[in-house]
Amino acid sequence: MAFLEFQSISKGYPGVQALSDISFSVEKGAVHGLMGENGAGKSTLIRILSGDQSADTGSITIDGVEQHYRSVRDAFDAGVIVIHQELQLVPELTVAENLWLGRFPGKAGVIDSRTLIEIVRTKLQEIGIDVDPTAKVSTLSIGARQMVEIAKAVMLEARVIALDEPTSSLSSRESEILFSLIERLKARGTVILYVSHRLDEIFRLCDSLTVLRDGKLAAHHPDVTQTTRDQIIAEMVGREISNIWGWRERPLGEARLEVKNLSGPKLPSPIGFSVRKGEILGFFGLIGAGRSEMARLLYGADHRHHGSVSIDGVAVSPNNPKAAINAGMVLCPEDRKFDGIVQGRSIEENIAISSRRHFSPFGILNPKKEAALAEQFIAKLRVRTPSRKQDIINLSGGNQQKVILGRWLSEQGVKVLVIDEPTRGIDVGAKSEIYEILYELAAGGMAIIVISSELPEVMGISDRIMVMCQGRVAADINRSDFNERTILTAALPDKNAAGTI
Amino acid sequence: MNSLKKILLGEQGLVVIFAIAFVIVSIFVPNFLTERNMLGLLQSVVTIGIVACTMMFCLASRDFDLSVGSTVAFSGMIAVMVSNASGSILLGLLAALLAGSAVGFVNGVVIAKFRINALITTLATMQIVRGFALIASDGRAVGINDPSFYQLALSRFFTIPTPIWVMIILFLVFGFVLNRTVFGKNTLAIGGNPEASRLAGVNVVRMRIWIFALQGLVCAIAGILLASRITSGQPNAATGLELSVISACVLGGVSLAGGRAAMTGVIVGVLIMGIAENVMNLLNIQAFYQYVVRGFILLVAVLLDNLRSSAAGRGRA
Repeated sequence: MAFLEFQSISKGYPGVQALSDISFSVEKGAVHGLMGENGAGKSTLIRILSGDQSADTGSITIDGVEQHYRSVRDAFDAGVIVIHQELQLVPELTVAENLWLGRFPGKAGVIDSRTLIEIVRTKLQEIGIDVDPTAKVSTLSIGARQMVEIAKAVMLEARVIALDEPTSSLSSRESEILFSLIERLKARGTVILYVSHRLDEIFRLCDSLTVLRDGKLAAHHPDVTQTTRDQIIAEMVGREISNIWGWRERPLGEARLEVKNLSGPKLPSPIGFSVRKGEILGFFGLIGAGRSEMARLLYGADHRHHGSVSIDGVAVSPNNPKAAINAGMVLCPEDRKFDGIVQGRSIEENIAISSRRHFSPFGILNPKKEAALAEQFIAKLRVRTPSRKQDIINLSGGNQQKVILGRWLSEQGVKVLVIDEPTRGIDVGAKSEIYEILYELAAGGMAIIVISSELPEVMGISDRIMVMCQGRVAADINRSDFNERTILTAALPDKNAAGTI
Repeated sequence: MNSLKKILLGEQGLVVIFAIAFVIVSIFVPNFLTERNMLGLLQSVVTIGIVACTMMFCLASRDFDLSVGSTVAFSGMIAVMVSNASGSILLGLLAALLAGSAVGFVNGVVIAKFRINALITTLATMQIVRGFALIASDGRAVGINDPSFYQLALSRFFTIPTPIWVMIILFLVFGFVLNRTVFGKNTLAIGGNPEASRLAGVNVVRMRIWIFALQGLVCAIAGILLASRITSGQPNAATGLELSVISACVLGGVSLAGGRAAMTGVIVGVLIMGIAENVMNLLNIQAFYQYVVRGFILLVAVLLDNLRSSAAGRGRA
């Protein structure tokens, strides 16, 4: 008898259909895996389950009762709790206080802390969590904090617990503790929805499995033992390659950018690679694989531990974006809003912010030149705006990206362009325009690094792909050997698969 | 109604409010619109006006400086004491300018390089520097030996006292710096988005240190003129100046969230502060009430800033 049921759930955001017609069900006391590539719709589905967002159509049924919740609070009351990667505990309170937070019992606001601690202690013992209820959460390890979150869910009488990538920041020993806890919850009849990229965990823990792809249901396996690793990967990737990429063969020159043994705080194991003149090198990996960290190190945005970066044989001095720009390397960052655009300032100023130093003698501006430059790149990159004086915040994502490209194209002597998530949040039409710009720049001899979470995009526009996984380069593949399955297998953080690379 | 709102909250809204207030005051307050009172009014806002020039840069880059009042008193004191000791006014002035810049430089280094919150840092230096002024003078006013020091404040060009000229020149200089130089644009960019500015090649740390050092230098100029006008170095001079200056800037449309500033706005803000005080003096309102009024002006300024921001936000798609 199905305990948790999703019935034709659909959800659209402006410009993208995140989920369409998703239906599947989970038995009572089952651990159900949810897999899919970045952007396949897992997060959206979890958000709808948690009450954080509501579906456009479709419904969720728990234990035969159709749910109509409108908020996370409603979902709580219905017994659904989602445990996110970012944990939601108050660090300066104790474990017991966190578990009671929001519904402290007690007369006239007076808290009988001894009783509360005892109740928590009993509860923790009952579900087998070895954490001191009087310890401050800030003193606990990530693994222990996660246990506390799960304990909180149990105390709230959760009937459905969704875990979003729970092992991503756990050590293998902590993961083992988590797995045995999951087994005990399962024995109590709790339904666990388990989102993970790790196939070995899925096979070990899950009874049943759903695979999502591009917001659609790719496969539903009521019994995980009836399927195989290869089959699941095929289900995750098997999509049509459409020809919106417009890739053309280009002549490649000698090595332009050379990176050796690069490492930093967020990228502990050193990586090295080189990019040739006219080459577009794609970096693919799952979220958290270390691609953006690599880009920021390369550019000097973050502090470099070791390694060298050189352009045309000349070393680029580390830890200083300005030095990178002077050496001919520029970065279009992943997070346009926080790292890219300067809010409150005009398109013109956002374009001229770096290049104006070439035509501002003694630091005095040349407004005519700035205006001309802005007009030139607004026209060239087809930025849709009523005026160059427009505040950049008013532009759409695609147009903001074009302005940032314009900022760098207006620089002199750019040799290496690093572009992180070039088309995130950008509509299809603008996407092709941005690809065309990249091809044109590459044809002019620029070395281009494209970082993307979208596998079709990386495969569509790159001459070569480096696959990253858990901070390491897992594969380096030429265009003639591009294959979705190979790339995704390399990207999955799976101990067994890692042995084959 | 809507168009009225648009005018009042728009770019030129403050100028309109100022013009209306000026006309009303001119009509109803006796002796207001006389040459003597006008010059007196301008004299009274010289310190605020001069310091507001660089406070504008500070706020526009999302920073904050509470130490300006202390720096004004301290550098005025240095000017007087070094002049007395060395017998050379020029040396005294140089020492004061150096001392002011040094305070600003330290502020800048601590804030930008060691990433300490600007509010806390300048709250600390505000007290430290005031302490220096008190220690140096043993808490008493220090008289000026050479009467030609007075001439800094007393001399006139074309019937207008020198300090007013200095203020006007600084208004022009910093207006130009804000609007027509890379320095000004980078200041606004840092205020708009510091991380994006850094990644776009702006040396954010160095910019912030420069802004604070400049603020210290300008405070020293204000301190020298103030000492000359009150004919002594006063360790307790310019207490509470930081609040008047920040009020004037905010009133003048400088956003506390950074990224937005205009010299004309700041000038008008300074004048509004000056007129309010001047009118209260002319109407013989007790000094105690002036605190209340100043506080209210600050509140109104912040509320206006808020309204203006949300009006700008509504205009967005």
